[in-house]
Amino acid sequence: MKKIVIIGAGVVGCSIARELSRYDAKITVLERANDVACGTTKANSGVVHGGFDAKPGSLKAKYNVLGNAMFDRLAKELDFPFRRNGAYVLCFDDTKWDGLKKLYDQGIENGVKDLRVVTGDEVREREPYVSKEVKGALWCPSSGIVSPYEMTIAYAENAAKNGVEFVFEKNVEKLVQTDGKIQVVCSDGDVYEGDVVVNCAGLHSDDLNNTICDKKYKIVPRKGEYMLLDKTSGYLTGTTLFQLPTAMGKGILVVPSVHGNILLGPTAVDIEDKECKDTTYDGLAEAFDKARITMPSLTKKTVITQFTGLRAHADAGDFVISFAKDGVPLYNLIGIESPGLTAAPAIAVQAAKDISAYLGLDANKAFDPIRKGIPCFATMTESERAEIIKKNPLYGRIVCRCEVVTEGEIVDSINRPVGAKDLDGVKRRTRAGMGRCQSGFCSERVMEIIARERGIDMTEVTKSGKGSEILVGRVE
Amino acid sequence: MMREMICICCPMGCRLTVDDSDVNNVKVSGNTCPRGEKYGKEEVVCPKRMVTSVVRVKGGDVAMVSVKTKEAIEKSRIFDALDALKGVEVKAPVKIGDVIVKDVLGSGVDFIATKNVAAR
Amino acid sequence: MSVKNLIIIGGGPAGLAAAKSAYDAGERDILILEREDKLGGILNQCIHNGFGLHTFKEELTGPEYAARYIDEVLERKIEYKLGTTVLSIDKNKRVTCANEQDGLLVYEAKAIILACGCRERPRGAINIAGCRAAGIFSAGTAQKLINIDGYMPGKEVVILGSGDIGLIMARRMTFQGAKVKAVVELMPYSSGLNRNIVQCLNDFDIPLMFSHTVVDIKGKGRVSSVVIAAVDDKLNPIKGTEQEIKCDTLLLSVGLLPENELSKMADVALSPITGGAIVDDDMMTEADGIFACGNVLHVHDLVDFVSEESEWAGRRAAAYIKGEKVNGEKVGIDAKDGVRYVVPQFVNKDGDELLKLKMRVGNVYKDVKLCVVCDGEEVYARKCRIVTPGEMETINLNEKQTRALKNCKQAVVCLKAVK
Repeated sequence: MKKIVIIGAGVVGCSIARELSRYDAKITVLERANDVACGTTKANSGVVHGGFDAKPGSLKAKYNVLGNAMFDRLAKELDFPFRRNGAYVLCFDDTKWDGLKKLYDQGIENGVKDLRVVTGDEVREREPYVSKEVKGALWCPSSGIVSPYEMTIAYAENAAKNGVEFVFEKNVEKLVQTDGKIQVVCSDGDVYEGDVVVNCAGLHSDDLNNTICDKKYKIVPRKGEYMLLDKTSGYLTGTTLFQLPTAMGKGILVVPSVHGNILLGPTAVDIEDKECKDTTYDGLAEAFDKARITMPSLTKKTVITQFTGLRAHADAGDFVISFAKDGVPLYNLIGIESPGLTAAPAIAVQAAKDISAYLGLDANKAFDPIRKGIPCFATMTESERAEIIKKNPLYGRIVCRCEVVTEGEIVDSINRPVGAKDLDGVKRRTRAGMGRCQSGFCSERVMEIIARERGIDMTEVTKSGKGSEILVGRVE
Repeated sequence: MMREMICICCPMGCRLTVDDSDVNNVKVSGNTCPRGEKYGKEEVVCPKRMVTSVVRVKGGDVAMVSVKTKEAIEKSRIFDALDALKGVEVKAPVKIGDVIVKDVLGSGVDFIATKNVAAR
Repeated sequence: MSVKNLIIIGGGPAGLAAAKSAYDAGERDILILEREDKLGGILNQCIHNGFGLHTFKEELTGPEYAARYIDEVLERKIEYKLGTTVLSIDKNKRVTCANEQDGLLVYEAKAIILACGCRERPRGAINIAGCRAAGIFSAGTAQKLINIDGYMPGKEVVILGSGDIGLIMARRMTFQGAKVKAVVELMPYSSGLNRNIVQCLNDFDIPLMFSHTVVDIKGKGRVSSVVIAAVDDKLNPIKGTEQEIKCDTLLLSVGLLPENELSKMADVALSPITGGAIVDDDMMTEADGIFACGNVLHVHDLVDFVSEESEWAGRRAAAYIKGEKVNGEKVGIDAKDGVRYVVPQFVNKDGDELLKLKMRVGNVYKDVKLCVVCDGEEVYARKCRIVTPGEMETINLNEKQTRALKNCKQAVVCLKAVK
């Protein structure tokens, strides 16, 4: 059986893993972190872009539009939260109408449907908290929102169900070509062999490529800081609100999350450190101040957390989605920055097509496209709640009171395929600790459950992988 | 010498003025109860504190039982008293008032349990 | 669906005291719903002493104080359910809750007492920049980890906020062998009790830095240091005053918020200042038959006052169920001139119980008098050498003063300078 090694378990790696699992091959995903969706995938705006922003003719434009159209069906198949909420690109200045018009034309050329230029009043009719200074906007009804990590977890679980093996805490050091195959050398000395290796290493995809290919790439981490508002502020907007874009990106957004929070950000600063996840005093201030241009009534009172995401910006500007040119059986996914999340499903289909053709793979007859998520107690009706507690009494124990997450869901999140190993893993899968108290009450209970279910000591429980142990010892 | 201090006997936190120029006749003012006077005097002669902590319980419905010194002990010996709790493990059930460590450091003061712990 | 006369949400100090007094006022059909597996609430982890001087005339630890009230509830055979979380209430007093044994439960109550306490303000709410490494805890979480579970959350500690829990935890961590490097307070004063500054910080030479805050948290995986800076009088960090403190743990004691998620479901009107319900002198919210007491109503610094307030609420809820509660015309009480809030916000004109007003001031004031003014006339005044935001003040009105307040159009509680 042909062997495929995928490096990186972000949205790109996991979606490709799932699409490749439609074929008969031995597929292994190697991930440096202890969970999927731990890099760029976990910290971004969660917007499923319409596709008017990318340069016509670019791969970004092509896969954005293709990817966007796949979401309705995917969200059903894989059971992850997605909503087509529509987006406005706001214009604050009568002299900038050209900018809007250009976006409109670009969108039409890219194949984006139902675009319309509207007046400021039309915007405020739908979203009354939008600034009075808004003169007009581009309306894109096909724009959506998704939970990026829940989408990735869903992809990974479905891939695992269809035979993909996930290996975590595997840091790949270099790639070596031998006899038309690639040896994947890990820093712990382990070596994996692939007939094809798929480079989904995100921020590190350049480094990985550069260990084996003559054609070199460079990724510049572009840092973006965000603030998240409590669900009590969810009324502020149901629509994604962009400001007219600048050279550095799509500007500061005010965007609802699929769970009803409001997200402000991101800033855009090119940095050196690919590991930097720190927020800064100035960055947060900028995110907030610029978001207020869109929505002057915003206050910091309902902010519940802040975070930083890094975008994998390639110096070439466009996505790289292809086999390496040097005859190396390395399939590169480089520079998959925004609209990468939107494009990922379409990129995955393309990559799987290319790779299966190259290797001459047969179809996996046992492939099952359906994944069921963890039954979510918070969104159930009363009778559904009664029913599920009867079936599984652990659903009667509410652990996270802010988000109403039960012990049943937490246990499920740990024990299902590609399950949660630590606090952040449980949080991303169940939302325990995601609410307004930010895990003040529930973290200790969740730690106990993790220790019990995984058969480890409380002192071994981490927040997000090795080195992030939460306790330093027992009281003696 | 006149000293300003805050009485810690109760959450009122009265602001005391203590005159200890005559060690045999320390004068306290600013207190609103007799405990304040006693505290002010003791604080300049030999300050004392209650010590509270926890020890492990075996076979209980909780992992730890809270304890306190039955009376205040000399402030300078707080850490010695805490050392006496190290490694102490009691068997459930435990009742409030049960002696956990007797006569801590020969002070005549016991550590006693402050929580009821049922056997599992 | 079952019917209950009185449902008390929360089995901590407020809920226990309310249950006891409702029972003693003749009510027998009472159910306490507690989400934890033990009665006693937060007192179970407050193992330090200093509780009960008002209520029991002796100094108890938290668990001992709780045990007294738990015994009272057990003696009266008042029904309670543990491990039971209330999922929703509405203004018709329909309560849904869930636990492992009974599944989903639905009750219709004649009266509800909200006694669900408060929660700690998290890091996100105060916008501290920096990493998201492990080692950042709210002080109460650290307290639970040590005192209930028996685990140490850190070895080298910086504490942001000088609220009582932060102060208590400075000593607690020190007792367990940790090094507390500093307590950093944004304001120029502490919101904790003075006695706690003396016996938790001064006793162990732990520095308390006023007008400072944490501006950055550093570390990969685990916290490795925090950066603190002085703040100006607008509370903004002053550039150039930064200093880095090596530590593996940051504890946050930056305020408590009444937990009113359920209240909102029942359309209970909340005060933007206390974060709790607006109540009358019977502790009844503006939603008929829904009462509130303890830290869900406003954050207290002494449990004794929680018990007292809750006993009152329990008694009045029992009267309400019997149809004896007066609920007619009301007089409003405003907080002014240095007083941040007063509870209750309204007083029934009828009824003959003596009034007890609770309040907090907005800043530190010296040599002032705390006054109750009714339609311009001062009916009560008490001289105070010092009042601080950290210490709740109580005014007990006598019969004459109570009557004056009930008979006026508008009452005001304020501070006046003493010449």
